[in-house]
Amino acid sequence: MPQLEVGGKSYEVDEDGFLQELEKWTRDFAQGYATIEGIEGELTEEHWKLIDYIREYYAQFGIAPMIRKMCKDTGFDLKKIYVLFPSGPAKGACKLAGLSKPTGCV
Amino acid sequence: MAKRKTPMLDELEKGKWPSFVSDIRQEAEWRNQTDVDLQTPKEVCDDLLDLLELSLKDQEGHWKHGGVAGVFGYGGGVIGRYCDQPEQFPAIKDFHTLRVNQPSSYFYKTEFLRQMCELWERRGSGITNMHGSTGDIILLGTTTPQLEEVFWELTHNLNQDLGGSGSNLRSPNCCIGKSRCEFACYDTQEACRNFTMEYQDELHRPSFGYKFKMKFDGCPNGCVASIARSDMSVIGTWKDDIRIDQEAVRAYVGGEFKPDGGAHAGRDWGPFDIVKEVIDLCPTHCMGWNGNKLGINNKECNRCMHCINTMPRALRIGTETGASILFGAKAPILEGAQLSTLTIPFMPMEEPFNELKELIEKIWDWWSEEGRSRERLGELMQRKGFAKFLEVCEVKPDPRMIKEPRSNPYIFWKEADIPGGWERDIKDFRKRHQK
Repeated sequence: MPQLEVGGKSYEVDEDGFLQELEKWTRDFAQGYATIEGIEGELTEEHWKLIDYIREYYAQFGIAPMIRKMCKDTGFDLKKIYVLFPSGPAKGACKLAGLSKPTGCV
Repeated sequence: MAKRKTPMLDELEKGKWPSFVSDIRQEAEWRNQTDVDLQTPKEVCDDLLDLLELSLKDQEGHWKHGGVAGVFGYGGGVIGRYCDQPEQFPAIKDFHTLRVNQPSSYFYKTEFLRQMCELWERRGSGITNMHGSTGDIILLGTTTPQLEEVFWELTHNLNQDLGGSGSNLRSPNCCIGKSRCEFACYDTQEACRNFTMEYQDELHRPSFGYKFKMKFDGCPNGCVASIARSDMSVIGTWKDDIRIDQEAVRAYVGGEFKPDGGAHAGRDWGPFDIVKEVIDLCPTHCMGWNGNKLGINNKECNRCMHCINTMPRALRIGTETGASILFGAKAPILEGAQLSTLTIPFMPMEEPFNELKELIEKIWDWWSEEGRSRERLGELMQRKGFAKFLEVCEVKPDPRMIKEPRSNPYIFWKEADIPGGWERDIKDFRKRHQK
């Protein structure tokens, strides 16, 4: 398994960069990872709103929320989510939130 | 040449048919000899063949399930592929597929094809699939760091965008349409481009529960098979009568014109027999020939296109043209393959296609709200019933939506539709109707 260095700490991730040991997630991990995912500077309140939402949803249901539900519950439209996380809700937001890779392929 | 012995792949090169193994070997050889500054490992094709040999030997695949590789700003267009034997096959440990939105009707300049191949040999594997079943140009196999590079070159130098993948609108596709075909009842290329541009967000940023495909066929011949392969099939049709040139019909009968535009010429089928080859083959028996004149009872015509295909110089589509809109086709996943269901018998197809856009958006709303994760529109229609689907579309049931009487009835009365509702005074009823 590849290792990823974020903020001086080493994390085990899969080939797409998704955290393998979910319990190791910290807010520093998300912040440290942000630059790799094309987000400049500090994560804003809006970034955290989405990350926290995803983590809460995952804790409750064990899966990542569907995009439409994510938009509805957070009040962000899809465009806004891509502005916040340029690599998108699955590749960007879920990865920073420390979730395992969303299912599905093509 | 491949590094290892590949006895099973060698079998796939035998016989008279073209072989993808030979094609990949040819590319492997080129990669080993070229002095082009390749940005991906030289051995990608060799490793790919060796991996395939191993898969055939093990009788199981060696690609991991899934992968979420992609480019910034887009959620679709790249399909992540990772090999589960990366140490054995390092050149293809990541070997992602790109879907590139094809030009309408596949009109290419050779210059473009050369540029694309040059790009893909340099930054990918050189292996392409022209085209995938949705219609895209498929570029098979590149490494993660090359994704953004390929995307940049595609969009900046080749003026070509990525297509759809994942749970989004897949690249819309159309037949050759009015550019080459006199049967086209509307401009399929214009429609395809218009919908592609209108729904860029839906195409690049997945937000549906599953994939959604739309295809535009100019006439019921269905050259892009929209009725079988798209969640929304737009099939050209006409309202008025088939135009008949009686003089030309007689010319076909007299042997002056070759039927089917001269196709099937490899064998002598004897003189053209209009009764046997056209009249008797009409599925609704709506044609007659009296030896001099052809008659068509247009009300019964179900647009099978056979007579028009056989005698294109004599018969032409009508002049009041548009399209039928059908929904819900899919390949076998859960319930088996399904053809799409006629929902709008006739809709004029003029730019900016607002009527159709309003309809799709209603359907997308319903599907997103009610559909389960990974449930195709056709499956949702089946689960909720066609009556519900029509209600969502705000369309009234119409006999034309039924394939044949009693085969697929779907009209259920609601209490609100019945005067007095479900309750009735049985005594009053019995006064008028004996037991």
